[in-house]
Amino acid sequence: MSLITTLARLEACRTGRAQPAATVRHRHLSERPLVFVPLTTAGEAGAPLGALVGTDRYAPRLLAVPQPRDRDLRFTFLAELADVVLPYLDAYTEDVEAAERNETDPETGKRVKVEVELCADAPQLIVPSRAGVDFVRLLGRSMRFRRTAEQDPEAPYPAPPRVPLLGRWLTHFGERARVPGSSLLPAMTDLLARHWATGQSTLEDQHLGALLAWIDPPDGSTGAEAALHAELARDPEGQLMCPPAGPATDPAFDNKLLAPAIERYDRARTALATAEDGPEADDRLGELTAAEREIRELVLSRTLPTWEKVWQGLDLLRALPDGAHVEERWTRDRWSFTAHRDRIVAGEPPQPRRDDAVTAANKLAAREREQARLEAQEALDDPLVMAGRRLSGEAFAGEVTDVVMAYSESKRPSPRPLVTVRTEDRPHLGERVRVYRSLGGKPQAAEFVGWEAEDLLVLRVVDKMGRGKEPEAGSVPEKGDQLCFTLFEHEQRGGPKLPDPQETPWTHGGPPGEAAAEAADPLTSEDVL
Amino acid sequence: MTSAFDPGALAAEATDAILRDTLHGTHRGVVVDSPPGAGKSTLVVRAALELADAGRPLMIVAQTNAQVDDLVLRLAEKNRELAVGRLHSSDTDPYDKALDDLPNVRKSAKAGDLTGLSVVISTAAKWAHVKVDEPWRHAIVDEAYQMRSDALLAVAGLFERALFVGDPGQLDPFSIVGSEQWAGLSYDPSASAVTTLLAHNPELPQHRLPVSWRLPASAAPLVSDAFYPYTPFRSGTGHGDRRLAFAVPSDGSGPDRVIDEAAEWGWGLLELPARHTPRTDPEAVRAVATVVRRLVDRGGAATSERAPEEPLPLTPDRIAVGTAHRDQAAAVRAALAELGVTDVTVDTANRLQGREYDVTVILHPLSGRPDATAFHLETGRLCVLTSRHRHACIVVCRAGVSELLDDYPSTEPVQLGTLVKFPDGWEANQAVLARLAEHRVSRQP
Repeated sequence: MSLITTLARLEACRTGRAQPAATVRHRHLSERPLVFVPLTTAGEAGAPLGALVGTDRYAPRLLAVPQPRDRDLRFTFLAELADVVLPYLDAYTEDVEAAERNETDPETGKRVKVEVELCADAPQLIVPSRAGVDFVRLLGRSMRFRRTAEQDPEAPYPAPPRVPLLGRWLTHFGERARVPGSSLLPAMTDLLARHWATGQSTLEDQHLGALLAWIDPPDGSTGAEAALHAELARDPEGQLMCPPAGPATDPAFDNKLLAPAIERYDRARTALATAEDGPEADDRLGELTAAEREIRELVLSRTLPTWEKVWQGLDLLRALPDGAHVEERWTRDRWSFTAHRDRIVAGEPPQPRRDDAVTAANKLAAREREQARLEAQEALDDPLVMAGRRLSGEAFAGEVTDVVMAYSESKRPSPRPLVTVRTEDRPHLGERVRVYRSLGGKPQAAEFVGWEAEDLLVLRVVDKMGRGKEPEAGSVPEKGDQLCFTLFEHEQRGGPKLPDPQETPWTHGGPPGEAAAEAADPLTSEDVL
Repeated sequence: MTSAFDPGALAAEATDAILRDTLHGTHRGVVVDSPPGAGKSTLVVRAALELADAGRPLMIVAQTNAQVDDLVLRLAEKNRELAVGRLHSSDTDPYDKALDDLPNVRKSAKAGDLTGLSVVISTAAKWAHVKVDEPWRHAIVDEAYQMRSDALLAVAGLFERALFVGDPGQLDPFSIVGSEQWAGLSYDPSASAVTTLLAHNPELPQHRLPVSWRLPASAAPLVSDAFYPYTPFRSGTGHGDRRLAFAVPSDGSGPDRVIDEAAEWGWGLLELPARHTPRTDPEAVRAVATVVRRLVDRGGAATSERAPEEPLPLTPDRIAVGTAHRDQAAAVRAALAELGVTDVTVDTANRLQGREYDVTVILHPLSGRPDATAFHLETGRLCVLTSRHRHACIVVCRAGVSELLDDYPSTEPVQLGTLVKFPDGWEANQAVLARLAEHRVSRQP
């Protein structure tokens, strides 16, 4: 935790309210996000219990699985989820704009520009917490290798059409969520924790109710009190007043309310199956429907508070202005969405269970670049973030007190002006350390020459001054300019090109061989009730 | 030395076996584990010269530009006739200016300019951008345990066979983003290059250098037990071979007493009262600076096996301060500047890797912390900090670290398929603390 975050948290403790950790919004928010509040069943990984999902704050769609261990009911749930999510995604696949991309020409091996489509906007799935992101990933994993009756008439438990497709999309969203700064699948707790510092630990910040309690405490209450209430307060029946954001549910809810309701449902179902005549079946169907409705209401009662909190969080975030680089990062998300759309249209198989060596290395390198890019861009977009970097010695701001023209010692001397800056910051500068400032959105580099006094340092500007002997107008700082230099680079260089997966070297196991189509998950005894 | 054990012969035997496997073996790779100061660089230089003599075009992969320049200088020192290529980046000042004085070293940013030379050296990052039609016959990968698996993936296509040399006890490579997704895969891109190499090629011969020439007899057993529990090594010198003496007697203060303790036993712990502090704990930083200042002032003289009759003065450039974090290093530098001490190296564990000093003063990574995170427990960090010295190591630490370790057991999730790493950070830390406790000097503020 950086010093400025520690200070902000201490201040939040003292004032009883979360303190801003950013002055602008650093993540893209869609005009029309799809909010997804899932619940899972205790004791069985990836068995959904229900969900609230939708784009309309006032009309969420409730999905529930009355007997979560029943595979048929689970498939029904997934099919219903696909009916909500896929049309939402499809709406974004068709509206495209023309764009250019560099590709390697397979015949000449040269880099050429290719006209391609780029989706004009991309969908955004918002879940309440980080555990929700993991659950989306898990759902994707459980669906994408399923076979529908159409794909495989022999499949013992064919998946409803479109369920494998939903699995591929959720996998893509889950994977993209691992890229720093991406916004295809954000968790509300992460979004809020990025923009506010509370007086509790980062672990406690993952509780959506407690986090919002610090950011927006009810009147007459401090953040600490409201957060404690959100975490612990129970009604006379022993149920949490603020149900956890899921997907896991509170054990008291599981034991006292959910388990008996599911048992009633099971009994009603057995009774219906043994009904002997029409009128009796009608009665028992009525009981079954009532039991199912009870479970749906239970699911609604645990998801609706979270649903409302997610939208409350969106309100808070929307009040912040967009950061300058947010659009650029969102464009990367659009590329990612478009690329996956194209893979599906091209009929490519679902994402493999495991990455091969080259794919894994490429992903790691890309994410590290994105992380560095994100950190630099956030600082450049937001003086408060930059203040944190200045406090930790990674940047400094001050006034230019003197500029002396100087030239490099070469046959064609280039301008190397010496700039003296007065700063009260304490950057970690060593000999010839490079620093950067933003000049019209592009980084201009300078070298640290030395300290002239305790608060006066001298820099030598080394680039972005044009090709001539005299620097271009406006490219050299002038006396009186207020400037901010960073010790970190503003832009990231691309990494080296790795070998093709088919040319994986011997150190990494050699080529993986012909890509065999991934088999569907085998059926195990645990899959059948 | 009276024992029948001859460290020189032991080390020579190991080196011969390594060179035999490298030059005449049938395997595509040879792995050499080297504890701190065991002559790894000497081995690399020797292997490079022998491979070049055998007429095999050789590429050398190191991890940093400083390591590359250092290797070039060492190679040129051993054989001024050898045609060496230094492949460098296109940044400004890409290599050490000292290389310009070497007539047989050709420098270029393009690999094409260096074809045909006996040895071409560069960093892994630069090699990753090189494309060749014909791979090199042989490669040496230096500091292979500090190289990430994905970096090896990018360069492995450039050579047919390779000698991998490194120190498994030092800091593991790290990534700035999570990589749990690939944990347990044999080619986890965030793992070390050697881990991946051996996972796919378990039959490769593995050697190790058995003698540390740097660490004194007082330090080698502790470092070996704590950080290399299954691959022990010993010190090349005996207890009487290294001595540290001071012209100015102790003034009775904490720093002076801990200096005397360390001079006599090789270890000293200056313990400050228990307290939770920010990372740049001002008291601890001042204590570190004071110890360094006294080390310089008291006119130290170091006697070693290199010149048994002739003690060398303990000058500031033979002293280093090690910390866990960069801001701590910056704070110590500022404190030293205030006390008028210059030329003492102050750096983080990451940057001290591979360096050697007579005396080191370290700020314990867990000093003043309320928690013991994986970062601070990482054995490599403590191992680097406690294995840079030829004579003595002085640790400055708040009391209570042992209790902290007991109160906060490691909570890292267990990943399926990953090898359990030994030594365990908790255990290694306790082992070092237990030893340091024998040489404790308390300092009341």
